[in-house]
Amino acid sequence: MTIQTTRRGFMATGSGLLLSLTLPAGAVAAKTGEAVVEAFEPNAFIRIGTDHSVTVLIKHLEMGQGPYTGLATLVAEELDASWDQMQALGAPANTPLYANGALGVQGTGGSTSMLSSFLPMRQAGAAARQMLITAAAAEWGVPADEILIKAGILSHQGTGKNAGFGDFVADASKLPVPENPKLKDPKDFVFIGKDRPRLDTAAKINGSAMFTLDHYPEGMLVVMVAHAPKFGAVVKSFDDSAALAVADVEMVREVPMGVAVYAKNTWAAMKGREALIIEWDESKAETRSSDAIFADYAQAAAEGGLTVEENGDLAAAFAGAEKVLEAEYRLPYLAHAPLEALDALIEVKDGKAVLTYGCQFPTVDQMAFAGTFGIEPADVTINVLMAGGSFGRRAQGSAHFATEMAEVAKAAGRDGTFKLQWTREDDIRGGHYRPAALHKMRAGLDKDGKIVGWENIVATQSIMMGTVMEPMLQGGPDPFAFEGSSHLAYDLGTRRIAWSAMQTGVSVLWWRSVGHSHTAYAVETFLDEVLEAAGKDAIEGRLELLPAEATRERAVIEKVRGISGWKGRRGENGKAYGFAFVKSFGSYVAQVAEVEEKDGLPRVTRVWCAVDCGLAVNPNLITAQCEGGIGFALSTALHSEITLAEGGEVEQSNYHDYPLLRITEMPAVEVAIIASNEAPSGIGEPPVPPLAPAVGNAWRQLSGRTKRQLPFARAEA
Amino acid sequence: MTKFIVNGQERELDIDPETPLLWALRDELRLTGTKFGCGAAQCGACTVWVDGVPTRSCVTPIEDIAGATITTIEAVDTKEAKAVQAAWAAIDVAQCGWCQSGQIMAATALLAENPAPSDEDIDAAMEGNACRCATYVRIRQAIHNAADALKG
Repeated sequence: MTIQTTRRGFMATGSGLLLSLTLPAGAVAAKTGEAVVEAFEPNAFIRIGTDHSVTVLIKHLEMGQGPYTGLATLVAEELDASWDQMQALGAPANTPLYANGALGVQGTGGSTSMLSSFLPMRQAGAAARQMLITAAAAEWGVPADEILIKAGILSHQGTGKNAGFGDFVADASKLPVPENPKLKDPKDFVFIGKDRPRLDTAAKINGSAMFTLDHYPEGMLVVMVAHAPKFGAVVKSFDDSAALAVADVEMVREVPMGVAVYAKNTWAAMKGREALIIEWDESKAETRSSDAIFADYAQAAAEGGLTVEENGDLAAAFAGAEKVLEAEYRLPYLAHAPLEALDALIEVKDGKAVLTYGCQFPTVDQMAFAGTFGIEPADVTINVLMAGGSFGRRAQGSAHFATEMAEVAKAAGRDGTFKLQWTREDDIRGGHYRPAALHKMRAGLDKDGKIVGWENIVATQSIMMGTVMEPMLQGGPDPFAFEGSSHLAYDLGTRRIAWSAMQTGVSVLWWRSVGHSHTAYAVETFLDEVLEAAGKDAIEGRLELLPAEATRERAVIEKVRGISGWKGRRGENGKAYGFAFVKSFGSYVAQVAEVEEKDGLPRVTRVWCAVDCGLAVNPNLITAQCEGGIGFALSTALHSEITLAEGGEVEQSNYHDYPLLRITEMPAVEVAIIASNEAPSGIGEPPVPPLAPAVGNAWRQLSGRTKRQLPFARAEA
Repeated sequence: MTKFIVNGQERELDIDPETPLLWALRDELRLTGTKFGCGAAQCGACTVWVDGVPTRSCVTPIEDIAGATITTIEAVDTKEAKAVQAAWAAIDVAQCGWCQSGQIMAATALLAENPAPSDEDIDAAMEGNACRCATYVRIRQAIHNAADALKG
């Protein structure tokens, strides 16, 4: 029976820790003869307890964006459950059961959680529903089609019988799993499309939410690694005598990425690491400064790059232009800086490992740990916990952190339990940044102000190349390097988009909205400048560039024009208004920012945001992602920059020199969600890209010129 | 041996007196609701009350607070705390959740001192608490809602 297969699959990957977390507290086992059935598990996603609890196993990492709530909503909808019986839990690493249909591996990213799970989770819920009804029909001796389910109660009108899901745990477990269960007609939705409180709120406001850092298995040692001060440097020699003299420091080991200190508590690990004296071999280190790297990028862009999109004779188009505008943009390296720095629990025993942490790419991490530690992937269990933010930081194609986990476990030279803990300094200085990017832009206008030529050369480093994901490129260019600069909805005349693939010793990574995080700023501020040079309004000018079939683009642009009361770029009382539109991750977002000048910098007072992300499963969560995405993007645009000094050392180290947005800087935000029956698309990332250009466009009105190098707080050269 | 009162209970810790209160609470007392964010008093995730005053536990050595009364998120239960937590839940303030214990300790202390804070008062009291998810719109709203609820 399928149910036994999936249960075995689950048991094989679940550890004692997971099971103790998953089994509903106080569940009473239902007795069926000799066998005890504690839960009805029709598939790998749903566990219904005898206490009527419905636990949904969520294969996407809960790092704040709300998949626990969103996916549980889909199951609750098809089951006709009551919201207060719903629970959510991270699914363990098991690629066959939990692969992300949009990524091909088990992992979270690209704002794909809802779009990839929308149908599968509804089907899982519908299957469970059908089995519960079949079990009730047999028990009550009535036809299945006379049984109704409402708010978690099965009932039969004719006999007056009713019962909860938990009453059929044993009987439903014996039934075959229907292959094509009937899904609800969307007009009958009671959960989908309505605001729904988050399932993880209660635990997050009373301190009871259990993150990686909060687990203290018996005998655990805290491990901290002293990492190289420059990218590519390695340990030459070290003196650990002072570190070993620190009370509660147990041992010190060299690992490929530095020197690891193992201690009985966190403070001892910190002090021990501080006491290490390490000499580094910097012969292969990246020693260029950020300025030198940008100079190299500018030279590469001047050479023209690899064409990724073109549609005609660009030289002829520019030769015939009445007016040509040019600009060069420099967007810095960025750290993700989630408040929870990287951390993981590693339990090694008898050649098997159990890893417990906020794991974003279970398939990749499982293989990397196994390969480095020298065991089979099947002997690596990963229990997935919630993460205190990620924004891409835990989505590692390089699996560098899982590799470090394996190295410190291996270097320990014995079985044991280790908590590998990064500090804020490790995080800020540790690379895996949003790649720095340089955009060389050129646009030509004819005598009527029509855009007849457009060129955008993007010089930046690939995130995919050099990782296990490189084969997915099939030898072609990395689309994440220039996404958002090519294949735009706007008619920009004759155009050429190109990529200069740069290489540095600085490790780079997905960062909330990936390529769009820099392309949107260059494209949308330059376009706005070009439109203004042509005497056009920011919104009307863009609408003129959209083809008739761009109905979803038009709808969000017109919506934000309406809710913001748009009257043009210049406002009264020292205020200016900036507009930007970006389609990313299948979703359409238009924003207007209201900006004034304060102490020489933009102060953003209000932001209006219109979003079309397809069917809005939970408007409350979508609105929250828009508010938070706008704040995250504003934090970055105003303050964020990782720079390398002469010699290659990162100049920032903590939040004092890599500052985060504060409540004092947060604008009021108004969000409008376009009603839609299209398939759900992304929401974790799409609200981010339009914000910086919207602010930049308003700031041009106040300062007289476009800020070409972010962040805004950076002094002009 | 360092003695202090934590959540109403007298505790004695025989550990390095330089140990920051954050790690004493977490590693020794297993009060894990208080979070580690920066270790440098820059983010506020580690905020607890020391004698009723919101304090960054990550830079507070336990030797400096011998005899003090500590309150953490696990035990804060004043009427202001209950109003703040109810307001937080009502509009789902939290996203990733990591900073929220500190936010709630700071917001609760604000309302105990100022039952009707203006936006400027909220800015002044909450500026030290960073939220990487930028849930600030809802933090502000929830503090106003909690103040309204306390007014009755």
